[in-house]
Amino acid sequence: MARRIGVFVCHCGINIAGTVDVERVARELEKQPGVVFATTYQYMCSDPGQNLIKQKIEEENLDAVVVAACSPAMHEETFRGVCREYFNEYRCEMANIREQCSWVHDGEEATEKAIKIVKATVEKLRDNEDLMPILVPVEKKCLIIGGGIAGIQAALDIADAGYKVILVEKEPSIGGRMAQLSETFPTLDCSQCILTPKMVAVARHPNIKLLTYSEVLEISGFVGNFHVKILKKPRYVDEDACTVCGDCEEVCPVIVANEFEMERKPRKAIYIPFPQAVPSTYTLDREACLGLAPLTCSQCKEVCEANAIDYDMQPKIIEEDVGAIIVATGYDLYDKNKLVEYGYGEDDDIITSLEFERMLSASGPTGGKIIKPSTGKEPKKVVFIQCAGSRDKQHMPYCSSICCMYTAKHALLYKHHVPDGEAYIFYIDIRATGKGYEEFIERVMEEERINYIRGKVAKIYRDGDKIVVCGVDTLTGRKVEVQADLVVLAMAIVGKEEAVKIAKKLKVAVDDGNFFKESHPKLKPVEALTRGIYFAGCAQAPKDIPSAVAQASAAASKVLSIFSKDKLEKDPLIAVVDEEHCSACGICVSVCPYGAMMKMENGKARCIEALCEGCGTCAAACPSSNIEMRNYKDEQIVKMVEVVI
Amino acid sequence: MEGKEMKKIAMYWGAGCGGCDVSLLSLHEKILDLLEEAEIVFWPCAMDFKYEDLEKMKDGSIDIAFYNGAIRTEENEEIAKLLRKKSKILVAYGSCATEGCVIGLANLYSREEIFDTVYLKNETTKNEDGIIPSSNDLHLPEFLPHLKTLEQVVKVDAFIPGCPPPKPVLENALEALLQGKTEFGKSVALCDECPRKDSKPEKIEINKFYRWHEKEDNGDCFLAQGIICMGPATRAGCEAECISANIPCTGCMGAVPKVREQGISMLSALASILGDMDEEKEKEIIESLQDVVGTFYKYATAKLLPEGRLKDES
Ligand SMILES: Cc1cc2nc3c(=O)[nH]c(=O)nc-3n(C[C@H](O)[C@H](O)[C@H](O)COP(=O)(O)OP(=O)(O)OC[C@H]3O[C@@H](n4cnc5c(N)ncnc54)[C@H](O)[C@@H]3O)c2cc1C
Ligand code: SF4
Ligand code: SF4
Ligand code: SF4
Repeated sequence: MARRIGVFVCHCGINIAGTVDVERVARELEKQPGVVFATTYQYMCSDPGQNLIKQKIEEENLDAVVVAACSPAMHEETFRGVCREYFNEYRCEMANIREQCSWVHDGEEATEKAIKIVKATVEKLRDNEDLMPILVPVEKKCLIIGGGIAGIQAALDIADAGYKVILVEKEPSIGGRMAQLSETFPTLDCSQCILTPKMVAVARHPNIKLLTYSEVLEISGFVGNFHVKILKKPRYVDEDACTVCGDCEEVCPVIVANEFEMERKPRKAIYIPFPQAVPSTYTLDREACLGLAPLTCSQCKEVCEANAIDYDMQPKIIEEDVGAIIVATGYDLYDKNKLVEYGYGEDDDIITSLEFERMLSASGPTGGKIIKPSTGKEPKKVVFIQCAGSRDKQHMPYCSSICCMYTAKHALLYKHHVPDGEAYIFYIDIRATGKGYEEFIERVMEEERINYIRGKVAKIYRDGDKIVVCGVDTLTGRKVEVQADLVVLAMAIVGKEEAVKIAKKLKVAVDDGNFFKESHPKLKPVEALTRGIYFAGCAQAPKDIPSAVAQASAAASKVLSIFSKDKLEKDPLIAVVDEEHCSACGICVSVCPYGAMMKMENGKARCIEALCEGCGTCAAACPSSNIEMRNYKDEQIVKMVEVVI
Repeated sequence: MEGKEMKKIAMYWGAGCGGCDVSLLSLHEKILDLLEEAEIVFWPCAMDFKYEDLEKMKDGSIDIAFYNGAIRTEENEEIAKLLRKKSKILVAYGSCATEGCVIGLANLYSREEIFDTVYLKNETTKNEDGIIPSSNDLHLPEFLPHLKTLEQVVKVDAFIPGCPPPKPVLENALEALLQGKTEFGKSVALCDECPRKDSKPEKIEINKFYRWHEKEDNGDCFLAQGIICMGPATRAGCEAECISANIPCTGCMGAVPKVREQGISMLSALASILGDMDEEKEKEIIESLQDVVGTFYKYATAKLLPEGRLKDES
């Protein structure tokens, strides 16, 4: 039965009509066989625009509709929704004449191309089949990767709503970077004091399964139905039995650098990263331990009264089915050794911002005292350098967003510790956009009399006991030279190096700084392009704690909305194998990036509906032309090509 | 054979190697079965027939005419047209008649280049006077500018693929044709009947291409070993004769019916199963493919380039 097609061309204000002669597009399309009506309108997506489509469907007895407007990613759902009242929604197609036409072409060329795009869409539409969404069940359990403040917040939100959470943290304790901070801007609350109640809540929550010292090995499946394999590394100490008495630590003869203390303090081979660690237990670092055998050392085991130490503990693989995944793997500081211009690494008195945080912490390497590491004395002149590695084409081009704020905090705390000291801050500009942030900066500048120098540091070198920092104050044009005792670099924030590996497992993208890439920078800031996967915290971009927490709650609410239904609707535009003509060559099974092509007993291929994302890779690869994409059949594509050439 | 109406059949040898004529004989005793149902009215290669004999026949009087070989000369073309006129069913027999086959690769070159190579430059040719045969001295049929497939000259009713058609393909085709059917043969690709198919790994991935002699055959699916096997893009029916002799498929049976073009199908399949590699490695592996046309278009070049190779515009 021949379709009665209506074509609706949108002006999109001047976005399209400013370049494309929309009237001409409509008139040309009217001449296409099967097109019984064509018109244009200012904003098709507006209520009156939608009503126009409805009215014309009724008046002209249309049974299929092409909306020539923006990308289907924007409004396909809008227009399919309009058509759904009258006929199968797969009889509604969008022709993208904005992103793919008016925004990238000019004049006559743009109109010509728009006509071709719409004609091709009409051709495709002619052979579209009526389809129904595929319904897939939802496993109402969420995997959260990373137990920093973002992961913790998301876990609590979801668990409080009554759903199960698996929280995987690769370190011995949750807490992330926030556990390392001293006091937090702009209110200067003690970081640990506000964080630890949440960590305890995680540990106690009946809906949260906490897997620390663990890593995600494999992830397969799709929204509602992911299958994950998690490796729980042996910590050689029974978490439940350990009473954290610390006897083992005392006798352990091995001393190594403590990561939690930014390697500025030693720890033993058997250790607890910080006193409030969750789970509250010691962990034996196998790499550092002398031998995990009674003959080589075994001193810790001998003193442990609780009998918690077990050298025979084995790695465990835990498998879980989850319906959604939140990635909250946080950040690292940019590799200090790459900042050769600041001489880091060569000089003990040039430290990073996180090292300074630890120095400020009462439980840190110096017991809360600010010192000049080379001498142990109190530094009387400290230079803070902002944007170290950020906003720099040689390093990271972006703004790390929080360094202005924590540097102000650092300077202020320094002045509180050393009231007669002098603090200098080199900055490019001050970015203090959060609530109460500008006021905080003002307070630091005025009350604490910090010397803010606008300008980049040109040179740093050591001169005897001092580190000489040279630069130009671009506000006054004067050269500045400071004889400093200590230099603190506000290092750029970068995504975790292993984010790339995790992204691969999840089949999602990362961008330049190893940050996970959101689906839309404005409208879908916590969603991955792959459904059912969300991002929270610094894993997505550098941010402060309030933003990390807000994003975590946003991601949690996305997960909860998935969990609010028993079945999820899935686009039925999937691959279909003609099994009779399949030679079992195995090519499609080898190429499907979603593991959706299955080899059956007889070797032939079959597409698992629920897994298929409709990417078409298999259809392009099948050397027997034996796989058809629903509503993108070969004949449809050929016809589309024919009308455009 | 009283009472039974004998089918009249004809077989002609155009531009080809002669293997097709031999293949008909390779039916062995089966050819006797054929002769029970059919009488041969024209087969110059096997029996003494003259062109006049064919000209004298009534139009449409031959039931089934098999044409093997491609159309390279005026004479080939003339007989193709004559056979068409005289027969009810005209069959393209073998890869040359169907797709142009190996000799169709000549369409990558001009007639002059071909003569130059064959009569003058060929290492084994001794031709001190530089003589190139021409119709001026002798009455020779014209050597056409390009090689054509049978279908590019006359309407063809049925095709028997293969270089030459393997026995099982032929038996199946003859049986169908004698019953008046012009559609026959398998419509899946060779992997379906390949003795090595069970050795395919879960994921086939190629990180290096090997030519046959470069790798010791471990008996697994060739493709999985990194040896190009055209099997996945080639029509089944031959019962994997080559593979059974440890030779990868080169694709003589042509594409499966649904596929528009065998070479590009195989190329896109191969491109899809290349392992993870950077651009440089990718370039390297692509460049390691020796003789792309000869590998992927060994049999179908003439079918795809009836007018020869497009000349560079410069
Ligand atoms: C010097 C400094 C001072 C700061 N001061 C302030 C301040 O005063 N106020 C403020 O608001 N913000 C401050 N911040 C920012 C604050 O640290 C971050 O906003 C916050 O820590 C982000 O939390 P997160 O959970 O996203 O990441 P993180 O804290 O980095 O947590 C990520 C967690 O994921 C784990 N993880 C990583 N990879 C994996 C994996 N593959 N598998 C399992 N687990 C994994 C990590 O071990 C870690 O526990 C400061 C930052 C710096 C550098
Ligand atoms: S279209 Fe094919 S390759 Fe893509 S997800 Fe579906 S089955 Fe896999
Ligand atoms: S690629 Fe095509 S022929 Fe090969 S197994 Fe898949 S569907 Fe079958
Ligand atoms: S690719 Fe070749 S060797 Fe492998 S199964 Fe197919 S036909 Fe056989």
